[in-house]
Amino acid sequence: MNTQLPADSIEAVTRGLASAGYIASKQIATAVYLAEKIEKPILVEGPAGVGKTELAKALAAWRGLKMIRMQCYEGLDEAKALYEWKYAKQLLYTQILKDKLGEVLGGADTLAAALGKLHDFGDVFFSKEFVEPRPLLQALEQEKGCVLLVDEIDKSDAEFESLLLEILSDYQVSIPELGTVSAIVKPTVILTSNGERDLSDALKRRCLHLHIGFPEQKLEERIVESRVPGISATLRKQIVGFINQVRALDLKKLPSVSETIDWARVLVLLQSSELDHETVKDTLNVLLKYEADIETTIPQVSGFVAKAGRHGVFG
Amino acid sequence: MREELHRFFRAARGAGVRVSPAESIDAMKAVADVGFAERGILRDTLLLTLAKSQDEKQALGDCFDLFFSQPEVPEETAPEDAADSKGADSAPSENEAGDPDTPAPALGDLAQMLMSRDRNAIAAAMAAASNAASLSDIRYFTQRGIFSSRILEALGIERLRDDLDALTATNPGDAERLAAALEALRENVREVVNQALVLYGREETENLRNEILRNAPLARLERRQVEQMKALIRAIARRLRERYSKPRKRQRRGHLDTRKTLRRNAAWGGVPFLTSWKRRHRDRPKIVAICDVSGSVAQVSDFFLLLIHSLHEVVDDVRSFAFSGHLIEVSDILDTKSPEEAMSEIMSKVGFGSSDYGGSFVDFEKSFLRSVTPKTTVIVLGDARTNNLDPRADILRTISERSKRLVWLNPEGRMAWGWGDSEMPRYSAFCTVVRQCSTAKQLERAVSDIVAAYQ
Repeated sequence: MNTQLPADSIEAVTRGLASAGYIASKQIATAVYLAEKIEKPILVEGPAGVGKTELAKALAAWRGLKMIRMQCYEGLDEAKALYEWKYAKQLLYTQILKDKLGEVLGGADTLAAALGKLHDFGDVFFSKEFVEPRPLLQALEQEKGCVLLVDEIDKSDAEFESLLLEILSDYQVSIPELGTVSAIVKPTVILTSNGERDLSDALKRRCLHLHIGFPEQKLEERIVESRVPGISATLRKQIVGFINQVRALDLKKLPSVSETIDWARVLVLLQSSELDHETVKDTLNVLLKYEADIETTIPQVSGFVAKAGRHGVFG
Repeated sequence: MREELHRFFRAARGAGVRVSPAESIDAMKAVADVGFAERGILRDTLLLTLAKSQDEKQALGDCFDLFFSQPEVPEETAPEDAADSKGADSAPSENEAGDPDTPAPALGDLAQMLMSRDRNAIAAAMAAASNAASLSDIRYFTQRGIFSSRILEALGIERLRDDLDALTATNPGDAERLAAALEALRENVREVVNQALVLYGREETENLRNEILRNAPLARLERRQVEQMKALIRAIARRLRERYSKPRKRQRRGHLDTRKTLRRNAAWGGVPFLTSWKRRHRDRPKIVAICDVSGSVAQVSDFFLLLIHSLHEVVDDVRSFAFSGHLIEVSDILDTKSPEEAMSEIMSKVGFGSSDYGGSFVDFEKSFLRSVTPKTTVIVLGDARTNNLDPRADILRTISERSKRLVWLNPEGRMAWGWGDSEMPRYSAFCTVVRQCSTAKQLERAVSDIVAAYQ
């Protein structure tokens, strides 16, 4: 585990991610390298299942850092993302300390004097002990640094984006009662988005923008190789060739890398040595998630298998 | 190199990628880290730091390739030829002693460069001259001439001409070669200027063209403009979406939601630690569009329907109806087919007849009046030319009473309303708003107002 930040070259990043089982394209490696060099968050966009979340996990594994994940959803607010006061604890403490109150105020003759004494105790109930840190604050408080993954930011509300801006640009949050909390070690921040809605320019401006699309055939083969070790080279080639042809069809949801890996695992489990018409038909539901998509694909299967087979022999 | 990057940022802005100063600083920092050595990495780096969407990445990638492929100084002579000419060059210099008024030492820098075919020196001189002429300020294609002559001037064309004159008198062979080289140089400068125009001037040129297009009457577009107009309409739709698709819930501070507050604070015996405030829900627009597709207005209706149906995120529910002689619903056709197919299908079903407003309103009342609710905005698009048939303004009144708003968009100018067979004055009595709508700009404003009425 190499915890020395940042990596000194793009190749080092590629190697490091590969050691964590993530085969990165050149763009991805460049993005990670730059993110650490110029201390910027990475905003990753792309279709579902191409390894956006996986990138953060791999990065954390390689660095030996903790990964703090924040899943975004509609209605997410600062109480769930940033910090919250421990109301119940505050209430309990007030109840318990009620008796103490008499002692503290004992010496005071007038109401004004009592109030003055109370003021001296200041904000005991609004201190660090009563703050419940949520993912964003936790990420800033990690002593060794961490990888902060803000997943599916496009699912959250526009207000939440504005909340993130302070963290993304200055790595700090402001809590009105406590002041500003700055990061001990600046975390590596990765935001992912499926492009459900356009993110604000303010957010985009603060990030490196990385788009991960479907990988090239060669790269995908290497990914399958690293993820499904028991697979034969022929089958691997055929699978990737087949999937690349499926991606050219007009489907509701195109199969992405995660589906390729799942399918490869299934085929290994079924102990098939190469693709044939029947196996593909039976396992197509691993690959395609809509009935309509499966129906569109089935008539094409024979042709695709034959083509993928040829690639397997000569390719 | 820093200068080069700055010029690249400027070119990127020309290509429609918004590069803010902060982003350019980031890019500078990043480039300082990765260096200029490897072109692929430099490209990735700039794409990562500057472009913030897939479209921008595409545009910036193209811009990068164009920017770093400055036209080469053409090598008009083959290497051995060059060696030959060097030999030829050295020959007269040997003769120099014998011939006292040889022109060679009197030649200007540029002429010497051209004569010796020093490609690197010429390229460097060209770059310096382009800078001197501030070529990156070029904006319009009409400026090509002036920038070319400025660059040539900065290169020292004056001196070259004198040299050429002198040479013609003394050494016609060299003069011919120099003249040919000069021609090649001019060609080269033209190329450089053209490329600069593509790099730096695209934005302005496109803005100018779009501005003209926005104010052009939709009904009289030329064929080649139709495609551009479609792109423009898509841009307008995107703009409206961005403006109006923000969440429609907003907390209204000051009105306590007592029930919700009590529920939330049940854990503390009803002591209100957390307060809940009433929210006001805003409706999304429901739109019923009734469009005249008879010959005179067809084109405008086409663009209007295209616009209204690309506003899915903003508008809750659109039902569209098209009519000329009779009226049919076209929502499904527009939602399922590509714009071109949809329009041709609509046209084949009802288009290009002579319009019968009365008859079409009767059709609407009979079958679709139920789709008009107090939340609906009804938009009628047409010139209100009834061909002297019964206008049935009473149906329009019913529609107006049932709906939230009734908007009439008329592609004709206000001057023409009420003249001939136009029944606009009678119809307008029942409309909440009547607008003239003949250009893309007016179309955008009309739709924007309709959507804004719900915010």
